[in-house]
Amino acid sequence: MDITVNILLTIATAATPLLIAAIGELVVERSGVLNLGVEGMMIMGAVGGFGAGYLTGSPWIGLLAAIIVGALFSLLFAVMTLSLATNQVATGLSLTLLGLGLSGMIGTSFVGQPGVRLPNLDIPGLSSIPVVGKLIFGQDPLFYLSIALTAAVMWFLFKTRTGLTLRSIGDSHSSAHALGIKVIRYRYLAVIFGGACAGLAGGHLSLVYTPQWVENMSAGRGWIALALVVFASWRPWRVLAGAYIFGAVWIGQLHAQAFGIPVPSQFLSSLPYLATIVVLVLISRNKRLTMMNTPASLGQPFVPDR
Amino acid sequence: MMRLELVKRPQRSALFSVLSPFIAFALTVIAGAIMFALLGVNPFNAFNVYFIQPVSEVWQLHELAIKAAPLILIAVGLSVCYKANIWNIGAEGQFILGSIFGSIIPVLFPDFEGPLVLPLMLLLGMVGGALYASIPALLKTRFSTNEILTSLMLVYVAQLFLDWLVRGPWRDPQGHGFPQTIQFSDSATLPQLMPDAGRANWGFVFALVAAVGIWLMMSRMLKGFEVRVLGSSPRAGRFAGFGFNKMVFFTFLLSGALAGLAGISEVSGAIGQLQPVISPGYGFTAIIVAFLGRLNPLGIVAAGLVLALTYLGGEAVQTALGISDKVARVFQGMLLFFVLGCDTLIHYRIRLIGFAAPKLEAAPKLEEAR
Repeated sequence: MDITVNILLTIATAATPLLIAAIGELVVERSGVLNLGVEGMMIMGAVGGFGAGYLTGSPWIGLLAAIIVGALFSLLFAVMTLSLATNQVATGLSLTLLGLGLSGMIGTSFVGQPGVRLPNLDIPGLSSIPVVGKLIFGQDPLFYLSIALTAAVMWFLFKTRTGLTLRSIGDSHSSAHALGIKVIRYRYLAVIFGGACAGLAGGHLSLVYTPQWVENMSAGRGWIALALVVFASWRPWRVLAGAYIFGAVWIGQLHAQAFGIPVPSQFLSSLPYLATIVVLVLISRNKRLTMMNTPASLGQPFVPDR
Repeated sequence: MMRLELVKRPQRSALFSVLSPFIAFALTVIAGAIMFALLGVNPFNAFNVYFIQPVSEVWQLHELAIKAAPLILIAVGLSVCYKANIWNIGAEGQFILGSIFGSIIPVLFPDFEGPLVLPLMLLLGMVGGALYASIPALLKTRFSTNEILTSLMLVYVAQLFLDWLVRGPWRDPQGHGFPQTIQFSDSATLPQLMPDAGRANWGFVFALVAAVGIWLMMSRMLKGFEVRVLGSSPRAGRFAGFGFNKMVFFTFLLSGALAGLAGISEVSGAIGQLQPVISPGYGFTAIIVAFLGRLNPLGIVAAGLVLALTYLGGEAVQTALGISDKVARVFQGMLLFFVLGCDTLIHYRIRLIGFAAPKLEAAPKLEEAR
């Protein structure tokens, strides 16, 4: 029983950064912007979070730093693609490349240093209830935040007027502009929200998941988060489901390695990436579903004319 | 508050399409100088160490050619993809698979020697890269799966596969447990161009030939026209009878084969055996090369040399100034940012609008009407 609980707990820990980053990117893509820089913003959040936590000794300041670093880094993307109308695919890629390089340079002196870990929630009495106690009342704070964030984004996108406006911009920026909606302003805010989420997800990696700094520690999670958004056909609750499926794959292969299953560890390590491809194929086969849900002006630059 | 406003030019600016890479490079150098100053290094000294010293002797130029060769080979292939608006960003994986396929002969048949070995290896390398690139192409054409994500995921898979090979079945039994294959024999080694002067090998010649070949194809042949039409307007391309799916396969197989050729050339020329890591991110840096070269094969040759210099400079500042060689990746990332930003100037005029300034409604409209 304990093993099952532990596995479920580790799955939740592995799924949380994927979920946070993917929810952020979902809002960005719903506004019609494709930011391929998730991996770069995530790794910048990880190094910023680790650095601030290590220097101040407070994981909470680290977390805050991760969010700010992610948001600032995404601002770079926003200025380029929204104000200068550059190609979103290329700009997102360059954000990832720059983030991987910059984080490596900043983090040189952090390698091998002990980090600080965000404490788990601990409610006296409740957290020690057998089985469910730890699952419901004893996880890291970001687990609860990620679930709340999913619910909040769901409510925002589908139950508020601003959310409706955001979705309409994603479907047709020209029509939205003609109606007098400030397309660029909405998109700026969406991109910065996505950056803050990606930064937070990175902070989870270096302050909760493995409280230390390792170069390239995001290990493709930013890209998997991007795939999750497609897999979820731009719906928040499906992102939640997808993140947990991938968390399970990620943890499953780690456990399989630990149990000494006679398959080379490299093959097991490649499972999350292969699973991403398989899942993308399965979902994109259904062309009608994809067509219906894809924000129609996703990835197209918009220059307001007067 | 200041606000940027873009005003569409009536036609693309010829001036800026030539100037933009140079402006971008100048901006990168300025930003780099600021970065060095922040790191507590005299920027002029750092500039000298980074950009001048690594290319001040002949043997160093050979090192530059070694680094530039894979970048140019991969980037010319990618430029065709990107012109067609098809996004292969998994060249790093195709590079690795090319190196693995090409290494089949020297690793599994080390006794097979003679003049046939190298051509076969190069051919196998191209086949390996092309086969690996055909996976995202197949998934895109058959299931309309996003090629960006699939080609990228396959990079991680390729890296892990290579890691398994050199630690497992292909490990050199006499290698004292080091994760590497046997050293390639002489007939499996890409010859050096001028062994007396430096290490540069035939890989650089392949890169130049590929650049000229792709340039001819893009500017003089129907295929190049097809690529450009489908890239700028898929609808117009369909009316002209150009198949989009065929184009996806063509661009992926071409860029995959070139990346594979770059992979086997690197392993058989510069390294001499397979190792767990054989590339400092050439496949990703080549994306920057392609854009810095304006997706033009001849521009890519120049851009490849510039990016190769950023690698050498990174190594130089690490040894001379004690700064992490990651600085190279930062330079490369900044360069791509500035290139993309400067490219905006080709199509748009940028106006800064002050908070209090009255809106000029009529003037630009007049201009558009003309």
